Amino acid sequence: MKHVLAVLVEDKPGVLTRVAGLFSRRGFNIDNIAVGETVTPGISRMTITVEGTETLVEQVIKQLHKLVNVIKVSNLSEEPSVMRELMLLKVNAEVGSRSDIQQIVETFRGKVVDVSPDSMIIEVTGNEEKMEAIKLLLQHFGIKEIVRTGKISLLRGSRITREG
Amino acid sequence: MLMKKKMIKGSAMIISALQKEGVEIVFGYPGGAVLPLYDQLYDSTLRHLLVRHEQAAAHAADGYARVTGKPGVVFATSGPGATNLVTGIANAYMDSVPLVLITGQVPSGFIGTDAFQEADITGITLPVTKHNYLVKDARQLPGILSEAFYLASTGRRGPVLIDVPKDVFDQEAHFDYNVECEIPGYNPTYKGHAGQISRAVKAIRDAKRPVIFGGGGLIRSGASAALEELAERAKIPVILSLMGLGAYPGDRSLFLGMPGMHGSITANYALSEADLIIATGVRFDDRVTGKLESFASNARIIHIDIDPAEIGKNVKIDVPIVGDVKMVLESILKKLQFGDTAEWLKQIENWQKQNPMPGGLKSSGSAMKPQHVIREISRLCDENTIVATDVGQHQMWTAQHFMVRKPCSFLTSGGLGTMGYGFPASIGAKLAAPDQKVVCITGDGSFQMNIQELATAVNNHLDLTIAIINNGYLGMVRQWQDIFYDKRYAHTLMEGNPDFVKLAEAYGAKGMRACDAKEATAAIEQAMQEKGPVVIDFTVEPEENVYPMVAPNRPINDIIIGGDRS
Repeated sequence: MKHVLAVLVEDKPGVLTRVAGLFSRRGFNIDNIAVGETVTPGISRMTITVEGTETLVEQVIKQLHKLVNVIKVSNLSEEPSVMRELMLLKVNAEVGSRSDIQQIVETFRGKVVDVSPDSMIIEVTGNEEKMEAIKLLLQHFGIKEIVRTGKISLLRGSRITREG
Repeated sequence: MLMKKKMIKGSAMIISALQKEGVEIVFGYPGGAVLPLYDQLYDSTLRHLLVRHEQAAAHAADGYARVTGKPGVVFATSGPGATNLVTGIANAYMDSVPLVLITGQVPSGFIGTDAFQEADITGITLPVTKHNYLVKDARQLPGILSEAFYLASTGRRGPVLIDVPKDVFDQEAHFDYNVECEIPGYNPTYKGHAGQISRAVKAIRDAKRPVIFGGGGLIRSGASAALEELAERAKIPVILSLMGLGAYPGDRSLFLGMPGMHGSITANYALSEADLIIATGVRFDDRVTGKLESFASNARIIHIDIDPAEIGKNVKIDVPIVGDVKMVLESILKKLQFGDTAEWLKQIENWQKQNPMPGGLKSSGSAMKPQHVIREISRLCDENTIVATDVGQHQMWTAQHFMVRKPCSFLTSGGLGTMGYGFPASIGAKLAAPDQKVVCITGDGSFQMNIQELATAVNNHLDLTIAIINNGYLGMVRQWQDIFYDKRYAHTLMEGNPDFVKLAEAYGAKGMRACDAKEATAAIEQAMQEKGPVVIDFTVEPEENVYPMVAPNRPINDIIIGGDRS
């Protein structure tokens, strides 16, 4: 099973190395990771997706807690939460195929953000299923390049993941 | 009018912080990048022990820390100075020993340019320190220093490294030192959860075949008295891991010895047959558990540990209690209830009678038995003696045959298994406890890994007995070749060993040789009376193996008994 962890860290030099290094030396795999600011200055939030059993994820969380710069770790997969990822795809788009591509993009509520004589850049946000679905459809036209932000996630409702 | 605060140099801040933290001695080795700190040290009242290799500084500080419970402090220079510390840091990390290590670094402007003697020591030590710092500005120093001491000596202890660029030593800033500090992501739990403690009390009450299995956590938290009370009030036998030896007196009848690969047969049987294991300050290392699937399959397990990540890491736990071992045991004692263990103790007594430790008797043939030498040293030492070992056969024989009665008096590299640890650790121990006898039991292989420290010991007039259990082999590796590799002794014969007696004399130490039991006794007796370091080279049976033995990844009750049990 995939687990999405929200990790609040002190925004200090080397903190990403500490977290990434912990995963590699303990033999845990990071599926993806996204890092950014929070509402509190000096504190960053990492969203880490890790695949594994309950026992493994429990051990990942405990080991993360041992890092001095890690303030809080929550497993968002255990609770109702909103999960999103942003993906940009550069797709072959000859004049003849553009309207077909446009249609697919609209169905997935994506956006065409750049057009050149023979290609388009498409922006799409959503969960993993949606990403995989649009990728599959666009493969038909030839995907030249993909870039993804990694998943980010917030708890549903008014509850928040805070450092306290 | 505003008071103008005095500005002081970064190097002066470090010395001043060490004094405020109660540091008495620094173990170290100077060099280019750390020169400003040594210049500052020159005028201070702090004692400095000059070693002959930085690794020995880390091990000596480790030995000092294990005896005193206080963080051991180390200075070294950038690049090779810092990288030479790495083994000592990893060793302390694995055994949860508090160290604060301060390394010089190339000047800030040169970092990242592959400057002379530059090494990314914070990067290198990331996986083997509890935490580390690269100081960018002297204004950060007071905060970082107090955090480093706080982190090293609280929670699960461990080494903390501070890397200081040369220009930061010379940079001036205000110095306002506060020993108390707060770190948002660091809040160790000391007091056990009341609900879990009640569950533990019930489990102890209901157990018919309980056993206490204790480790290094007992020693670090000072839990010996609580452990003794629990064992003796509830009549529960005690098993101690290698790291736990000394936490419970080795001569008590409830003590069953060490478990695991070279543990006592009784300890392994007891763990396998117990219906309750009270695990205190242990981490279920593979050398203890053997094959995990069959470990303690009949038992419920209570696990008390300061580090939540250790609970459930290797073994499934029924009653997890995160907290300081001493505090948790004291809480359990307040509500202690217990059943009748008489039948269980009788069973254990039978195992003990049927399975004495092999190799305990004097050898009849020409070659002396190594176990005999260790028993003899043990017999001739008083109960306050501190023993430090290196790593290998002699280490296991010491764990089996040396009578350790008190906590903080058995120093050994348990987790990392570092050959070369013992001798420098014994130097640190002697400085920590000048009034106690200190003995280093080592092998001919291990001793040569830090033999240069004879100069340090001689120069500082340290009364140390260094006992080399000399079998002319890397004995433990040879034993594995004997058992698992068809006696193909690839590169384990230590051809070209020096004459250790002459070598000791060349350093200005006393050297002795003992080839039989009579000479051994005489040499040990004489060494105890001598001033300064004494090296005794005990020539022992070259191909003696350590038994009992459990092959790796076998159940711990599947024991190769072996050895001469006459």
